[in-house]
Amino acid sequence: MFDWRWEFVLDILPRLVKATGNTVLAALLGYGIAMVLGLVFALAQRTPFPLLNRAVRECVEFIRSTPLVLQIFFVFYVGPQFGVMLSPWTAGMIAIGLHYASYLSEVYRAGIDSVPRGQWEAATALSLNPVRTYSRIIIPQAIPTAFAGMGNYLVGIFKDTPMLSVIGVAELMHTANAIGSEHYRFLEPYTLVGLIFLLISLPTAAALRKTEAKIRRKLGLRSL
Amino acid sequence: MTYVEFLKVYGPQLLEGSATTGMQTLLAAALAIIIAVTAGLMRLSKNRFVYGAATVYIEIFRGTSLLVQLYWIFFVLPLFGLTLEKFTAGYLAVGMNLGAYGAELVRGGILSVPKGQWEAATALSMSPAKRMVRIIFPQAFLNMLPPWGNLLIELLKGTALVALISVADLMFVARKINGSTYMSAQAFGSALLIYYVMSRAVVTPFMRWLELVMARKLGRA
Amino acid sequence: MKDSMKDYPLKLEGDNIPMVRFQNVTKRYGDLVVLDHLDLDVQEAEMVTIIGPSGSGKTTVLRMLMALEKINDGVIYVEGQPMTHMVKDGTLTMADNKYLRQQRMNIGMCFQHFNLFPHMTALENCIEAPVQVLGLSKKDAIARAEDLLDMVGMLEKAHEHPSRLSGGQQQRVAIARSLAMRPKIMLFDEVTSALDPEVIGEVTQVIRKLVSKHNLTMLMVTHQMGFAREISDRVCFFYDGKIEEQGSPDELFGDPKSERTQQFLSAVLEAN
Repeated sequence: MFDWRWEFVLDILPRLVKATGNTVLAALLGYGIAMVLGLVFALAQRTPFPLLNRAVRECVEFIRSTPLVLQIFFVFYVGPQFGVMLSPWTAGMIAIGLHYASYLSEVYRAGIDSVPRGQWEAATALSLNPVRTYSRIIIPQAIPTAFAGMGNYLVGIFKDTPMLSVIGVAELMHTANAIGSEHYRFLEPYTLVGLIFLLISLPTAAALRKTEAKIRRKLGLRSL
Repeated sequence: MTYVEFLKVYGPQLLEGSATTGMQTLLAAALAIIIAVTAGLMRLSKNRFVYGAATVYIEIFRGTSLLVQLYWIFFVLPLFGLTLEKFTAGYLAVGMNLGAYGAELVRGGILSVPKGQWEAATALSMSPAKRMVRIIFPQAFLNMLPPWGNLLIELLKGTALVALISVADLMFVARKINGSTYMSAQAFGSALLIYYVMSRAVVTPFMRWLELVMARKLGRA
Repeated sequence: MKDSMKDYPLKLEGDNIPMVRFQNVTKRYGDLVVLDHLDLDVQEAEMVTIIGPSGSGKTTVLRMLMALEKINDGVIYVEGQPMTHMVKDGTLTMADNKYLRQQRMNIGMCFQHFNLFPHMTALENCIEAPVQVLGLSKKDAIARAEDLLDMVGMLEKAHEHPSRLSGGQQQRVAIARSLAMRPKIMLFDEVTSALDPEVIGEVTQVIRKLVSKHNLTMLMVTHQMGFAREISDRVCFFYDGKIEEQGSPDELFGDPKSERTQQFLSAVLEAN
């Protein structure tokens, strides 16, 4: 098929598989940062200080509505201008972590907002304090709603990691580019990268859907 | 060099890049909408082949990265005898990718129309096509407008990747300025601001307006 | 506001302190006055029912007492102590959340839509607050909850989640959940309005049992006139944020004085 060379595939596969490790690592690290920062962003919009809430809201909107690849460049290049050198990995993790934190903060917010008002009132009527109301009543019910969104963004961050190649993070795309320019062959490396992404993202998405259904059942909630 | 001086020198280039980004966005959006409606309707078909074809398309484009698709279309397709201009390859990739996401919005929007509406149209002896065009789709359209607003912002952001195959869009210009001046904060910062203005001051208000118009038309506002 | 607070005592003194006192209570949403300078006393162990057209402010009375809504004017006292306010530097100031949580422990409330916690079983719903708020051991809380679930006839379903229970069953669990806090006052906010007609009886039966066997002070908002007449010590007819007329059930239903009461009662009667 169109000069597809299997021996070349076998030749480059080990390098691509190794780079896949970096891709997965970048996705998980970035997601970890995003989960924590996202919670900070979400709660910082629910403080008793309207000005702070507003400022955080605007920041989240700004990060959400500008391109990630541009943010990656920004973080990587602006540091040195002011004498702060960041490694590609550090800059990449900051950029992708911040970007997805802004997404996840919206997911958390929607999850909390999806809990009916009657639940807050019942908790109030039973004199539960705010910490317990959140931890025992609201968050457990917000999780099923938030989980679907969180799962989508886990797959999403994984698929956005190729952008890290632009500042030289040695993940899949970067490796495929390198192979391509070494051998002047792009068919196999780019096709394999696509297949590797499919092989990871499709089963992950399916598993997340199953887990979501399981969580709903476990919490005694009706399935959607 | 102050920021004002920076803008005086490089502002025109940034604006030119923005115009290219705007064109890419419009063309990609048009393509995405066509693909979304087609694939979305195909996903509702009872014909297994039709359904299957749309599903494979959607899974492939949603299961891999836009950047991978862009490189594949630009670097690999020529090996199959299909050489595309970088500008064309750019909006094709972005439109095809976001179209796959849009297809699921179309499908969901159509399924969100209550069953009673289908039954009422059927009871009035409407053909399936009439029922879809006259009764179901207008209601579905209104339901799916809010998520389309988000999708169009994703699409606008997605066009920044075409800079990586050297389409001279806003992102490309910002990189060029950065490369020649090392004024990274000014170059990338200005580009970020322009993208922000495009999504918050153009895309979002336009979608709000469209929602309002459609809601009025359907008597829901 | 601060000056006018001087008109209200820091606490009620003397004999015959009412269990609940609304003094000059006003609640507004923007321009809309929902409660208009309401005065209302409820004595210990009294069962007071509130009836009236929708929008007359009857549900607001219960929500104000539970402090689910902020008070605009006036003071509510429970057992002679201010509920909506607290004493600070010798004057009444708005109660803070901590004070409210403390005061709310005296009061139980059942809602129209039950508001059971859907991710917890019936039993878990009933032990949540006793363990977390009252600090009961889990064992004691379970024993208490099982007693109450038995009382409302729901012991068999103790380990079911709310989604597997009928509306009537959910409401009975909700009553047990409130009682598990051992409140002195119980509030019933249209507890049968969201129920199918055939299961209303199982909920009213539980309330009947409470009235006959316990010394609870109760306030109930309902649309069921027959039940209100049968069970209440006193019935208040609300109209436009005020008590238009009140009296014993026989007085109010048998011989209503106000024209509005008469109109309302005959309209309701006709509907049935």
